[in-house]
Amino acid sequence: MKTVDEIKAAIEAAVPGAGLEIVPNPSPSGQHSLRLAPSHAVAVAKFLRDELSFDFLSNATGVDWPNKEIAKKVKVTHQVTKTVDGVEPTVEETVEETRKRIELGCLEAVYHLYSVALKEGPLTIRMRTANRTDQVELPSLTPIWRSAEFQEREIFDLFGIVFTGHPDLRRLLMWLEFKDHPMRRDYVEPDDFEYEPTAHDAVLARAKAHREAGQ
Amino acid sequence: MTGTEFVRERKPEGWNRPPIIEPDGEGELLEVAMGPHHPSTHGVFRMDVALDGERVIRLKPVFGYLHRNHEKLAEGMSYLGSMPFTDRLDYICSLTNNWAYALAVEKLTGQEVPERAEYLRVILGELTRVQNHASSIGFLIQEMGASGTPLMYAFREREKILDLFESLTGSRMMCNYMRFGGCRVDASEAWLNATRKVVAGLPGFVDEMDRLLSTNEILMARTQGVGILRPELAVNAGVTGPMLRASGVNYDIRKVDGYGIYNRFNFRVPLGDHWDVYDRFMIRMLEMRESIGILIQALKEIPGGPVMDPKAKIRGFRPKLGEAYGRIEAPKGELGFYLISDGGPNPYRYRVRPPSLINLTILEDMCLGQNVADVVLIFGSVDIVLGEVDR
Repeated sequence: MKTVDEIKAAIEAAVPGAGLEIVPNPSPSGQHSLRLAPSHAVAVAKFLRDELSFDFLSNATGVDWPNKEIAKKVKVTHQVTKTVDGVEPTVEETVEETRKRIELGCLEAVYHLYSVALKEGPLTIRMRTANRTDQVELPSLTPIWRSAEFQEREIFDLFGIVFTGHPDLRRLLMWLEFKDHPMRRDYVEPDDFEYEPTAHDAVLARAKAHREAGQ
Repeated sequence: MTGTEFVRERKPEGWNRPPIIEPDGEGELLEVAMGPHHPSTHGVFRMDVALDGERVIRLKPVFGYLHRNHEKLAEGMSYLGSMPFTDRLDYICSLTNNWAYALAVEKLTGQEVPERAEYLRVILGELTRVQNHASSIGFLIQEMGASGTPLMYAFREREKILDLFESLTGSRMMCNYMRFGGCRVDASEAWLNATRKVVAGLPGFVDEMDRLLSTNEILMARTQGVGILRPELAVNAGVTGPMLRASGVNYDIRKVDGYGIYNRFNFRVPLGDHWDVYDRFMIRMLEMRESIGILIQALKEIPGGPVMDPKAKIRGFRPKLGEAYGRIEAPKGELGFYLISDGGPNPYRYRVRPPSLINLTILEDMCLGQNVADVVLIFGSVDIVLGEVDR
């Protein structure tokens, strides 16, 4: 099988400006992956299927990388005016301060490709959204590999990545009225999944008010 | 058809979408929700079917009735902690689920598995395949209306295999047996002898099923030419396992990846050439025979020694930073586990690639234009377990 570098070179020769990046994998599995720019992903995927014989998309999944707060200690020099022995000289003082900055997270879609024709694989390709809140679109690879159809629906359901160009993007596992995306790292489970407001709620609230008034 | 032809052929846009079938204009369309409590759906699964007379013109599968977010649960516990939960994915074949997960973790950490444990894994994996295929054939015939007999024949044999599982692992179905770097307990010589005895009886059972079913007139009339799946669509839609091989594509992960010690055994990969339900039934029958061949070889050659990598860490198990995708040929298809480690005791990302769910992608394509009674058969020939579809 070709290495990831060779595949990257082959794609760059065929799809100019593909914006590829190799993501190294330090684990013993040695499955390095290729990050695609979403703008060229469909063209690259087509090239992978038709020219490099990756005709079989085995696995498609999402990964959530939440916003990271990075705290960094910085030495800052201030000009301070102090009263020393009746005079007020301006002294430079160095203080250590903690600066916090937020590194924007993203949602990532990961695809594992194999070749049935050449019996090779896997090749891991991945795409990242711009952020986790409002720019969560990625191009769908379902027109290229049909096996992504349900798996991309599942990613949309559980992670909230919106696949543009998907023929039937609906929730797959959660019910259609469900609002959140449970596989995100910051998902908070509701206290009661089956809570529905009932007529008893008003009665309970009145009873509670009476109890509290009596005490 | 050879493998490379899938790629070289240029196909029109949208060739891999289900065709649109127009109703013939007489009478009204009937919309039927088959399931979620239909007995032929193997659990809680729904198909929304639009019928024109008896002809299916649209079919949409609906999932999620058994969804429990297995992946989220596994991300909240240690690597070993989710091993028992993998049993509950495909509860017919818990041992192959264990194996796939152990294999993925071993890829992530680079652990070695001792020789004896590899042999035990092969023996248990192939026993699982035999009992899965036997019961799946039994269910298929049951759905065809042959109530009882073939299914009970299959279950009689499955019971013997489950007894073996019970005496080795302590549980008939929820085995929780494999560990990262080996197996949990060693098999005694008495257990191996009992297994040899059961395996010696299996060819007779397959012959019996063969005589009973393969040339049965009703079975042939109901299944031949029904639910055809073209090989290029099967590959494109990620179909794996007996389904893919019944469509004539020579792709068995035991041969392709040679994971474990599968490259030491002689076995053939049966292929179908009519791509229909009958082929899927026949492929399972033939695969049982090949599995029995592997079992006989493995039981003859199994060496002594430890069943656990002595360097394997049980407590404080923290794989290094990185990710791995490991897959095996489970009885239902390619079962893969994708793991990302951030160096902590829990997996950062834990993903199951369920063969049952992805094999259902082309259910609509196979059913369109068929009679509604055949939908049950086509669905039965996919061989799914809802515990794995919905996870």
